[in-house]
Amino acid sequence: MTEPRGVWLYAVAGQVDAAALTGLAGVGGGAVRAVAAGGLTAVAGDVELEEYSEAALRRNLEDMDWLAATARAHHQVIDALARQGPLVPMRLATVYRSFASVIATITARAGDFRQTLDRLGTRKEWGVKAYMADEPAPAAAPGAGPAAGAGTAYLMRRREQLSANQSRRREAAASARTVHGELSRHAAEARCHPPQAPQLSGERAVMVLNAAYLLDEGRATEFAEAVTVLAGRHPSIRLELTGPWPAYSFVGASAEGPGRSAAPASTEN
Amino acid sequence: MSMPDVRRGAGGAQIQGAGGWGGQSTNLGDILERVLDKGLVIAGDIRVNLLDIELLTIKLRLVIASLETAKSVGINWWESDPWLNADAADRQERRRAAGGDGGRELADLEDENRQLRNRVAELESGDRPEAGAADDEVRARPGAGRRSRD
Repeated sequence: MTEPRGVWLYAVAGQVDAAALTGLAGVGGGAVRAVAAGGLTAVAGDVELEEYSEAALRRNLEDMDWLAATARAHHQVIDALARQGPLVPMRLATVYRSFASVIATITARAGDFRQTLDRLGTRKEWGVKAYMADEPAPAAAPGAGPAAGAGTAYLMRRREQLSANQSRRREAAASARTVHGELSRHAAEARCHPPQAPQLSGERAVMVLNAAYLLDEGRATEFAEAVTVLAGRHPSIRLELTGPWPAYSFVGASAEGPGRSAAPASTEN
Repeated sequence: MSMPDVRRGAGGAQIQGAGGWGGQSTNLGDILERVLDKGLVIAGDIRVNLLDIELLTIKLRLVIASLETAKSVGINWWESDPWLNADAADRQERRRAAGGDGGRELADLEDENRQLRNRVAELESGDRPEAGAADDEVRARPGAGRRSRD
């Protein structure tokens, strides 16, 4: 007697080299399989419904350790496959009751998938985050004249500090906008995501840009160089480049919309 | 996959691999942001609305929800974030000056400022060498007590 099984969907691709799947451990430690569906290939694996049913998912997703392990497993399968060729990555927790159901779903939307696969091709996503640079060491305050007392000097320093902080913020935001504009010119598509809060980024510094760029194959080095040049030109921010990522940020309708706008910060209010 | 090998390069750019082999070195936040909020959303047989997850609501939604999603649930902190938006920064400064968050600290500072300036002006003028002058005496002097606010 077997446990009731579900099917976890990782990605949809044109063709998948079966060898690429050998030895891959999927979500829950299970094997990953390639299944033909509507002329495409679904990359999926068995999961036990005891752990991945609606109720179980609802419970488990609340568990940060479980979520972290599951997210990594999901990403690792997609990442390994993305090294082999174009694919459309699925959002976490796309689960079916049977392979037949997976095949039916993908077959019904085969046209959409093909279109997306064609658009993405061998392009990869690169992430660029900008953080406000560390506060510069406080310079000797020149504002207070030599005749002024200690109290005045202190107050003037405080005043200068407050206005310096404001200037730093403005400068960082302006730099982030400029950097995003420049980097977008190297990319086929670009998206701005909301900056991550410190507890997610693991960085104490304030994030002022969290963007994704879809780059043609072979442009990564040029892009990385551009990032380095821009970092040198904008001392008010610190840039961090990550990648290559599977094109998570550039699939499907959920990726369309305002995030596409050229500027990371809205000024419309 | 070859990676440009730059870490904290000359210009302050830091470059990390995303997947790497094994992927453990990849920032969990970056992965969560992508697999929870990005990727293609298609209907599965098992329906789980990730935005219904309490942990996501409390710990993650604010920080990873896409701008669109964030807007749809009324979270537009991104646009009002003073770090990103100079106008918002100005509004915040004004709020603080007007006595909102941090207002008391500023008011105290201004008070201190006023008193110290008065004292400094007095000491530097040299006509009241006595160091123990009370604040109210100082304020009573025309030109010394009034000029601190502009």
